[in-house]
Amino acid sequence: MPAQIRKLVVQVDETRIEMGKTVQPPARRALAMAVIANPCAGRYVENLDELIAIGEELGGLLGTKCVEALGIQPNQAQSYGKAAIVGEAGELEHAAAILHPKLGAPLRKAVEKGAALVPSSKKQGGLGTAVDVPLGHKDAAFVRSHFDAIEARVGDAPRANEILVAVAVTAGGRPLARVGGLQVSEIQGQDGLR
Amino acid sequence: MIEIRRVLTQVEDIFHEFGPQPAAPLRRGVVAAVLRNPFAGRYEPDIVPMMEALNPVGLQMARTLIEAMAVPPERIEGYGKGAIVGAAGELEHGALWHVPGGYAMRQLLGWKADAASYAQGKATGQSGNALAIVPSTKKVGPPGATLDVPLTHINASYVRSHFDAVEVHVPGAPRADEIVLILTMSTGARIHARVGGLAASAIAQWDGQR
Repeated sequence: MPAQIRKLVVQVDETRIEMGKTVQPPARRALAMAVIANPCAGRYVENLDELIAIGEELGGLLGTKCVEALGIQPNQAQSYGKAAIVGEAGELEHAAAILHPKLGAPLRKAVEKGAALVPSSKKQGGLGTAVDVPLGHKDAAFVRSHFDAIEARVGDAPRANEILVAVAVTAGGRPLARVGGLQVSEIQGQDGLR
Repeated sequence: MIEIRRVLTQVEDIFHEFGPQPAAPLRRGVVAAVLRNPFAGRYEPDIVPMMEALNPVGLQMARTLIEAMAVPPERIEGYGKGAIVGAAGELEHGALWHVPGGYAMRQLLGWKADAASYAQGKATGQSGNALAIVPSTKKVGPPGATLDVPLTHINASYVRSHFDAVEVHVPGAPRADEIVLILTMSTGARIHARVGGLAASAIAQWDGQR
């Protein structure tokens, strides 16, 4: 059964100036969120395959929405992250089923490559609960300029029987990043770390 | 005078709210620009010059919004605007947005009335689109404050199916010396609108209200 999507929300956050200094190119980050029915709400369900399949579906859908909203080619995507908020009639493990087994592969396809782990966070919450989606470089987790987070929040979600699923993709690192570490130019992109 | 630090766009597709799913989802869009508040930290008696300076900002924001929503301007049926002023500013600074924010959208959506006769209530028939006043709200707030920005029908304020609001939230903004300026548009009525009142199809007076 495909995801029962009540709403989709797509944001683009573009920082042009920070502390009076021009950010060139502007730091652009996209966030795509789906509010879906939780097919396992209200009871204990042992087998979470249905949620795992929904994760696979949303990885592609939300990843593509982010890339489209940024107006970039997939290979221009730089960092990514994912998160979920489970409404109060569900359990935290439902977020895990969506996020971890199968969401990553179609997301990596949407951003081309993606050697690195997709950083994630999850929680339970109610209407308007915010989750900070962690961000890391898609090909090398140690790229320090791309460690970041973006706040995901939908005012009327998740209701008790819903799950809010968020995917974030950026076209660059933090504005005015200057704390050293592995640089984008030094990425080898083989082991997902460096 | 105008220094835009950050721009956030948001497009929301609402497929249903547990009722019958319409053929096309309702699309609601938001654009929020984070600007430096040139009057922060002091009482400035003459703030009107900024209203003029915001005209091109409004037009650019309205264009950005339509582009993000990826629909032709003819599809826009509802609109609204708002402002959040950071802690070192005053509410009146947010009021600077009424004119440039409203007329930017109305211009883009096809308002073609003769302004003079319109003001005197003499305009008859449908003189283009976007006849209705753009509803608005504003407040002074901290970084990450949410603002419920009202939406009403672009041609007649009393169209009941289009009374709506969209919650706007820019994480981290406004800082104390900033203002968040907001425009919103929607492609239609509330998703399961069914409380009667004036219908969009029954607009007849073309006076911006009914």
